[in-house]
Amino acid sequence: MLVLSVTLAIFLIVGGLLLYALIRYRHRPGDADREPAQIYGSNQIELSWTVIPILIVVMLFLATTRIILRTQAIPKPQTAMDVTVIGHQFWWEYRYPNLGVVTANELHIPVSDPAHPTPTYLTMSSADVAHSFWVPRLAGKTDVIPNRVNTMWLDPQQAGLYLGQCAQYCGTQHAKMLLRIYAQSPADFAAWANQQKLPAQQDFAGNTAAVEGQAVFMRSACINCHAISGTAATGRFGPDLTHLASRDTIASGAIQNNPENLRAWIDNPSSMKPGCLMPPMHLNDHDLDAITAYLTQLR
Amino acid sequence: MSTTHAVEGIDETLATQQGRPPMNVVYEWLTTVDHKKIGLMYIAYALVFLLIGGVEAMLIRIQLAIPNNHFVSPQVFNQLFTMHGTTMVFFVGMPVLFGFGNYLVPLMIGARDMAFPRLNAFSFWVSAFAGLLLYFSYVGASGLYAAGSAPDVGWFAYAPLTAKVFSPGHSTDYWTLAVFLSGIGSIGTALNIVTTIVCMRCRGMKMSRMPLLVWLYLVMASLVFVTVSPLTAAQIMLTLDRYIGSHFFDTQAGGSAVLWMHFFWIFGHPEVYVLVLPAFAFVNEIVPVFSRKAIFGYPAMVAASVGIGFISLSVWAHHMFTVGMGAAANTFFVFSTMVISVPTGIKIFNWLATIWGGKVIFATPMLFCVAFLFQFLVAGLTGIMLSAAPFDWQLGNSYFVVAHFHYVLVGAIVTALFGALYYWYPKITGRVMSETLGKWHFWLFVIGFHLTFDFMHVPGMLGMPRRIYTYEAGRGWEGWNLIVGVGAVFQAAGILCFVYNLIESYFKGKEAGHDPWDAWTLEWSTTSPPPDYNFAVLPTVNSRRPLWDLKHPEDPDSDYE
Repeated sequence: MLVLSVTLAIFLIVGGLLLYALIRYRHRPGDADREPAQIYGSNQIELSWTVIPILIVVMLFLATTRIILRTQAIPKPQTAMDVTVIGHQFWWEYRYPNLGVVTANELHIPVSDPAHPTPTYLTMSSADVAHSFWVPRLAGKTDVIPNRVNTMWLDPQQAGLYLGQCAQYCGTQHAKMLLRIYAQSPADFAAWANQQKLPAQQDFAGNTAAVEGQAVFMRSACINCHAISGTAATGRFGPDLTHLASRDTIASGAIQNNPENLRAWIDNPSSMKPGCLMPPMHLNDHDLDAITAYLTQLR
Repeated sequence: MSTTHAVEGIDETLATQQGRPPMNVVYEWLTTVDHKKIGLMYIAYALVFLLIGGVEAMLIRIQLAIPNNHFVSPQVFNQLFTMHGTTMVFFVGMPVLFGFGNYLVPLMIGARDMAFPRLNAFSFWVSAFAGLLLYFSYVGASGLYAAGSAPDVGWFAYAPLTAKVFSPGHSTDYWTLAVFLSGIGSIGTALNIVTTIVCMRCRGMKMSRMPLLVWLYLVMASLVFVTVSPLTAAQIMLTLDRYIGSHFFDTQAGGSAVLWMHFFWIFGHPEVYVLVLPAFAFVNEIVPVFSRKAIFGYPAMVAASVGIGFISLSVWAHHMFTVGMGAAANTFFVFSTMVISVPTGIKIFNWLATIWGGKVIFATPMLFCVAFLFQFLVAGLTGIMLSAAPFDWQLGNSYFVVAHFHYVLVGAIVTALFGALYYWYPKITGRVMSETLGKWHFWLFVIGFHLTFDFMHVPGMLGMPRRIYTYEAGRGWEGWNLIVGVGAVFQAAGILCFVYNLIESYFKGKEAGHDPWDAWTLEWSTTSPPPDYNFAVLPTVNSRRPLWDLKHPEDPDSDYE
């Protein structure tokens, strides 16, 4: 705010002087045909417009430094929650080391009460190219760079859904590498975490399509890239699907999570997100229906 | 003007060459080592690429004008912004400014050519080949089987997206080699400009009497040495990574992505000053002439320019506030970046003081300079905002930054460049450009500029990152992007007026004579266009404004300096 008001004031003063000079000293048709007085400079005036900007710069610099230190150099509170963020082309992996939860694309964090702050500390790296984690209403951005670990913290005061997206060009689908942060009350967050800790559902109580879908999933290439805890699927190249049906979106926030979209996505991901790294699965209609039925059971 | 026998001989020879067959004229241009012809080829080449880069920008704006647009595919969009950025910086900005340097520096210091005429021709043709190579990627990349893929890694091509794994085929190689070659050309010309300025000044032209344009080109060319070299080295390192398995930037094998950022931005930020110093140079020549006053505070202007040159070498990592550098490094680069606003501010105040008390004539070159002053002021102030690291954590890599640097590149550099083209066109062709068309060009362009780039700040503040090929409705970005697109149409209309003016005035423009603007520097003392040898008799100067001294013998500048 200080920076904004100082720069606005400078703009008004200098711009106003410039406008005044241009109007006041314009060439008028009736002017005598003589050149104006030639002035080559003035040490006093020039010194003043060197020293005053230096003072303004020092003031802005000190104000900025205070905020940098307040953001980057404060100790991490004991009550903070840790999340590991891993950027992938073109989705986000989230791991909660202390809770034993792994999820993708939709980050759930607790709301932080100013009296008892429970900020979320993010430890970030990338599996492939450089990305950047940016949720404008929660914090500034931090780059997510392969072979390097960065940290940042979030401290939401209000519950709600906060949208953001990758802010470092990372390839074809950079535009649809979206971020969804769900800030929840401590009770809601605990309920969510307890549910996410459970292994995937195995008993489908007579839902034959889902049983069949699970078999199709386990014998297809799906398991090379996706993990579903408690099953043979342990791939890590794509998002963890253990609780896929509990998420609002698929394809890193690009598409609503409902059976039609899910089926179309599995059939040919590039029709919805051209250039994404999941290949078309070439399944017949029956298998597609079965897998969709299976995945929609994974709450 | 007095002449000598040698000069009369050259004039007679040239007279016999009138009406030669066209092939001879082409041959002469292809093989010329004359600084004026090379300068003009640089400018013409840059203007062609300006149109190409402009068309790319229009396509980008059409795609983004409405949410969820399917005008181009994501792959094509990513190629468009990569080619737009690369073209505008390396094949418009650098060549057009080198072109003016080539044309003007020898004339302004009273020399007959550059120090190394053959190196000059070599540098031009290498740069020209680099531009053609980049665009050849549209027909030749990815080998034979997937022809037609242009580079799509962004103009700063962050590692490791450029690695063979993430960028297979040859599209990235076209980018790397084109930038490498253009770097060779830039270093050659920079060497030439520095040597020319240091060694070839006419009698009486001490360093302290050089026109400010020449000073700024001295600083600019010196910066090119220091900054283009790391970029060119980085291109070699990247090619080694891609082809013989070295691991400079290969993060999968322990290389560093941040290393590439440092290499790129130690070039990339001083590059902004490489481009903007010549824009200052044009304004330094045009504003005094159309205010009818000497430049205010010449020594301070020189000191500020040299100061900007030095400080600009220590600010590069303000492009990297979000890579996790730690508080100490961030603080240092905040300070160095803010400090550069002091010499820049001195320049603005001195231009203001030059206008103050003058008799300002609003001819087209001056109009563009006035627009430059306001727009550069805004660009500088948004620059101060972004230099505050916490502000940059929010708005870095957003459309706010895109708006900011286009304010510098278009609002300051391109605007001053148009002023320069209107100002020196009579010297180059012997005819003045049409004022009516010039004013159409000016107003259309300025209105379009403000529609586009003023309103582009807003979606940035609303969280819109750069380089996205589409966006969903409902984030508050859609209306703003439409206004931005409409502004682009106005700018394009302005450019069309300019191109038409450029061609029509060549045939029908008013005869210019030696000195249509009643100006004061040496280039206006010779004919328009100047003869091959520039000056029949090499001039001798006694002050910074030799033609003022001639026109006002009762009150010469030399009495005051």
